[in-house]
Amino acid sequence: MAVNGERPLLSVRGICKRLGHVEALREVDLDVPSGRVTAVLGDNGAGKSTLLKIISGVLQPDAGEIQFDSRRVRLSSPRIANKLGIEAVYQDLALCDNLSVLLNIYLGRERRGARIPLFGGLLAFDVMHEEAARYLAELSVELPSLWSEAGRLSGGQRQAVAIARALLWRPRLLLLDEPTAALGSKQTDSVRRIIRTLRDQGVAVLLITHNFTQAIHMADRIVVMRHGRIASRFDAGQIDAQQLLEAITGEPAGDCRTP
Amino acid sequence: MISRRGRKLGISNRFAANAGSAGLLPLCFALLIIALAFQSANANFLTARNVSNLCLQLAAPGILTLGVMLVLLVGEIDLSIGAVSGLCASVLAVAHAHLGLSAAPSMAVALLVGLTIGLTQGAVVVFLRAPSFIITLSGLLVWMGAHHILLGEKIGELEIDDPTLRAIASAFLPSWLTGLLIVIPGAAALFHGVAAEPRFGLSAAKLRILGRAAVYLLTAAVAALVLEQHHGAPFLLVLLIALAVASTIVTEHTPLGVHILAIGGNAESARRAGVSVAGVRIAMFATCSTLAAVAGVVLASRQLAVDATTGGGSLTLDAIAAAVIGGTSLFGGRGRALGAILGSVLVASVENGLDLLGLSGDVKSVATGLMLFSAVCLDTLLQRRRGASV
Repeated sequence: MAVNGERPLLSVRGICKRLGHVEALREVDLDVPSGRVTAVLGDNGAGKSTLLKIISGVLQPDAGEIQFDSRRVRLSSPRIANKLGIEAVYQDLALCDNLSVLLNIYLGRERRGARIPLFGGLLAFDVMHEEAARYLAELSVELPSLWSEAGRLSGGQRQAVAIARALLWRPRLLLLDEPTAALGSKQTDSVRRIIRTLRDQGVAVLLITHNFTQAIHMADRIVVMRHGRIASRFDAGQIDAQQLLEAITGEPAGDCRTP
Repeated sequence: MISRRGRKLGISNRFAANAGSAGLLPLCFALLIIALAFQSANANFLTARNVSNLCLQLAAPGILTLGVMLVLLVGEIDLSIGAVSGLCASVLAVAHAHLGLSAAPSMAVALLVGLTIGLTQGAVVVFLRAPSFIITLSGLLVWMGAHHILLGEKIGELEIDDPTLRAIASAFLPSWLTGLLIVIPGAAALFHGVAAEPRFGLSAAKLRILGRAAVYLLTAAVAALVLEQHHGAPFLLVLLIALAVASTIVTEHTPLGVHILAIGGNAESARRAGVSVAGVRIAMFATCSTLAAVAGVVLASRQLAVDATTGGGSLTLDAIAAAVIGGTSLFGGRGRALGAILGSVLVASVENGLDLLGLSGDVKSVATGLMLFSAVCLDTLLQRRRGASV
């Protein structure tokens, strides 16, 4: 399934995952190449978010194999995935509402400054602020102060923080779970622009969405999931909404379809 | 737009974790009113002798408050702290009296028992995903029972006769040392303020640091002058302040502190950000119980003996009340060591004042209960308002 003869950056084979009594993923194969936006499309409960959490190291698969950069990897924790260059923006954003925007961005990867005996390196607030402010300006991500509490931001701003947090670490593979769900049309455009820029820089983007118009507009390749399985794969240029809808529901989409 | 210099200085703002709390100023104001009220009711309240006594009374509950604050910050609770301090006090006494260990090894054994208890309770809470409320409540019964069994029904009380152990609660610092301990950090803070940007002239940030240094120096100097009229600064006060400073550094200046608050704010988000949620939670239970053991050593030294009541009574609830009054949220993720200390000063002042007025323990119990009740109501209202603002 290599695209243009290249090896995909991420390659997932035979992933199975049970969540309680539900078989969330059954024998899922997926390739995510660099410099492409791959959309995973499906209804609620199709297993999209579970797949993303396995790739980001939050969940462990029951069976199957993951290759990153042609090497077999075990993504046993989010930290290991981060070290490989995998960053995720979760549907619930995974922010800590009681912390400042800045500390949310650096959570788990805080920059340390002056060392004092017994306590080790202290938080380098100024270094982090400088670095984050510079990079966010580069991306033209609009935020109120980095010192403000994440819980006090609007839905769109919170989404921007979650995306900014993923981008700051210059990912090689960016996982996005419904990244525009909370956004207005202007902000959606800005996310779309960011995704294109990253793709053109060679980042592999995996976009999870239940919105097939969005998939057609944003993605290069579309993978449709149904009941925990990959149902079909398409090139975004060669498919229309009608076909996608059929693939998602698994049923012919009614009489208006030309034979 | 990100304003690069338009930020407010100050740790609570940098963390943002306490932006939604009531802040410490109302607390200081409440303390002032309480002090004035008791002083007008009984002129002995603000005498050097009583202030010194208050510092000694404050030490054990203050240390417990710092410990339970750490557990509350990660969104858990520890109801066993009083019982653990009682058990560790009796471990100290037994190790010294029956096993013949000298002061330092006996204390080490007591602290080790505290640490082990904390690790155990923390591990059970984290790995079984059991509610800490019930685990530490059953712990309370177990450790209290163990405490009584260890003392033995017949003896009932073990005297502390070792001079080193007695000195913990009865030692006072020489004046020159108190002076140095005040002047050195004060000078460092002033220097830090003067060196802050801009190099010449004044900025808001600079004024803030200088203002804080001035408030610190003034408070410390007045306290020291009062205490110098009655033996000087008690060692226990210095111990409490040292532990409070250490808690402040950890919770407000280190990555571990960010992780602690993050877990209290949203444990699943913290986990996805790569924070070792289980490890940090267990570490907080362990630190809390170890601090409870320290409080137990302090109690033993202060009473010059250990009996069945050591660590009992309202000690646990006083500490939790003090933490919550000091701005620590029962919902996790919000709280400061400075607030916890001020909260325990407030609780201790009220109890001390009621004692001076000759009121019974029952009145004290009602007063502490009401303070805890109001603090919890306030905390809940603030939490609801934060929830509504999202």
